Order: sequence, then structure tokens, then C-alpha cells
Amino acid sequence: MELSQMSLFASCVLIFVSATFTDNILMARFLGMCSCLGVSKKVDTSLGLGLAVMFVTAVTAALNYLVYQYMLVPLHLEYLKLIIFIVVIAAFTQLVEMIIERTSEKLYNSLGIFLPLITVNCAILGISLFMLNKPYSFWQAFAFGLGGGLGWFLAIALIGGIREKINESALPKGLEGPGITLIIIGIMALGFVGFSGMIKI
Amino acid sequence: MASSYGKILKDGLVTENPIFRQVLGICSALAVTNLVTNTLYMGFGVTFTTALTSFTIALLRNYIPVRIRMIVQVIIIAVYVMVVEILIKALAPDVHRFIGPYVGLIITNCIIMGRAEAFASQNKPLPSLVDGLANGLGYTSVLVAIAVIREIMSFGTVLGYKLPALDLWWHPWTIMVMPPGAFFMLAILTWMARARLVKEVK
Repeated sequence: MELSQMSLFASCVLIFVSATFTDNILMARFLGMCSCLGVSKKVDTSLGLGLAVMFVTAVTAALNYLVYQYMLVPLHLEYLKLIIFIVVIAAFTQLVEMIIERTSEKLYNSLGIFLPLITVNCAILGISLFMLNKPYSFWQAFAFGLGGGLGWFLAIALIGGIREKINESALPKGLEGPGITLIIIGIMALGFVGFSGMIKI
Repeated sequence: MASSYGKILKDGLVTENPIFRQVLGICSALAVTNLVTNTLYMGFGVTFTTALTSFTIALLRNYIPVRIRMIVQVIIIAVYVMVVEILIKALAPDVHRFIGPYVGLIITNCIIMGRAEAFASQNKPLPSLVDGLANGLGYTSVLVAIAVIREIMSFGTVLGYKLPALDLWWHPWTIMVMPPGAFFMLAILTWMARARLVKEVK
């Protein structure tokens, strides 16, 4: 069934599930690898960064959608989208950091250090760019952002768990660190390939 | 000065290769390496952006206030990436359809920001240009190596040309064109590069 024939709610759910599993941003589109390799040594930190990324991805996808559709398209400035998107993302993370710093010290201590990392996380800019390839409405774009963020969160949490165990075993020297992590992600990606074809949008 | 330029080039290409040594810029390294043609365009884009960004930031290094330098750097990078995107769109619309979003993602490629921070903000414009060029080429060379292997294994072609006699005994290996193939390929190359490094240190 085509997306356009479905009810808004059904299409949003479908987009959400497909962005999380079949089109997993880390496994299938390779985005957010840098911070994933750097931060996924422990489960706690993986969860913290994953949550922060999920939140920022969902909100900036919606914000960027509004900016693109209602500012750039009417003014025929589509080619400026890269600069505008990165500025929106940077400004939003800065704002979130300031709000968290003022309101909740506990949350700031656990989440705060990750926020600067988020601006340079390509998963977030990537979601905003991929969103433009499809004729989404506002809520569909938001569902896509939320699903993409959840997919990244799932992936980094799983990798963090596996790495925590694997750090205790003896590996060949050259394979330690990025090498073995890439192999883990490769095997997980094989699993995620199994989801593909389940949903076609 | 000639020898120091040579050293900068060698550092970027081999000894301090951005992908193996610094583990930067992995995202796009994986995404665009299923076909050699895509990889060459991407490599061109990254080299162009890294070189010119380093040059510009080195020119302005005494005028950018330290507190806001990140945002200034991001905007400089974004301007050059926009130029690259428009260039690729005009030169190769077919390639652009596939790697379009990844070209935009050069902005968040950590190699560029990394070189701007580590080298260009402390050095003169010309050495910075060479440094950016060297790192871009180092990145491109690794990508092309991965892409050649992946394209041969999955389609039996290089740059779209069929290799002779390969189809007699080689069965196309679909998994290599899909994401897992990219992860395994990069993992093996990183392993090889690091194993050699460990030996050298000993």
C-alpha cells in the first residue's frame, strides 16, 4: 500500500518502525560512526549519549523541516540548506545545554559532557538531509527523526554492551579498539539486513 | 622548506593517515565505497574541502576569536561543501543522486575539523594547504582501496568495466555491496595497518 493512501497515524508508525529497524541509521547508512567508535566503551556512557542523540535528532528534524519548507523553499534558497541546518543543530544543542545546566544539575553531570559531541554527530545532520529525499509531511518527518534517533540509540547501546564484555578477553594487538568494534558492527549489520524488505516505503 | 613540505605530505598520506591512525571520517568511508566512481567523487570533495578550509582558517587564524572559533570553522567548512555539492551536481548528476546526502555530510566529517584544529590554527596558510591536501589524499587512497576490493567482489567490475574471465569462476558476492561488507573490509584493513604499527613500535 502506498504511504499517501494510509491514515496519517498509520503512516507515521510505519515510517518510525522502518527508520528504526530496516533503515537503521548506523547499520545501514553508516552515520554517527565516529562518536560511536569513540564513546561505546561502556554501557552507561553509551546509554547517555544515545538518549541525548535521540532527543536532539527528533527535535532538529522537525525544526529543520519547518525551516526548509516555510523559509527556504518559498525564497528559493534551497542550496543554503547545509549551512542553515548545521546552524539550527548547533544552536539547538547549545540551548539544550544551557537549559539543562540551569534546571537540573544531576542531568547536566550525566548528559552535559555529551552535548558538544552531538553537534558534530553526522547522524543528526544526516537524518535532516535524508528526510528531504521523501515527500514527508510535518508529523511524518518528526516520526522519521524519532525513529532514526531510536535506531542509533539501540545500536550504540548494544555495541556498548558487547564491547564491555570483549574488553576482558585477549585480542591480537592490532585488532584492539576500532578493529574489533568494526567487526562487531559488521556482524550486527548482518542481523539488521534481515529486517530489510520487511517494510517498503 | 621543501623537505618539510615533503614531511607534511608523508605524514598525511602514510604515517598519520586519518583513517587508520586517527580513526576519523569513518562514516563516509563506509557509505560511498561500493563503487569506485562514487568513491573518486567523494574523495575529490573531501580533499578539496580539507585543503581549502585549512588554507582559509590559517589565513584568518589571528582574527578569529577563540571562544567562537568552532562555529566560525563550521561555517567556513559549510561554504566549501556547498561549492562541492553544486559542482558534483553539475558534473555528474547520476553520481549525485546516490551520494548527494553524503556530500552534505562532509561538513561533519571529523577529518576537516580535526586538521583545522590541530594544524591550520597554528600554522601559516601554505603549509596548511599542503597538510589539508595530504590528509584528503590519504583519506581518498584508503577509500579507493576499499572500493576496488568491494566492487570486484560484488560486481566483478572496476569503474564499471568488466574484468576479463572473472565471471567464469567468480560468483558475485552480494553481501560485499551491502553494509556488512563495508564494515568487514574496513575492519580487516585497520587490523593490517595497526598490526604493522605495533611491530614498528616494538
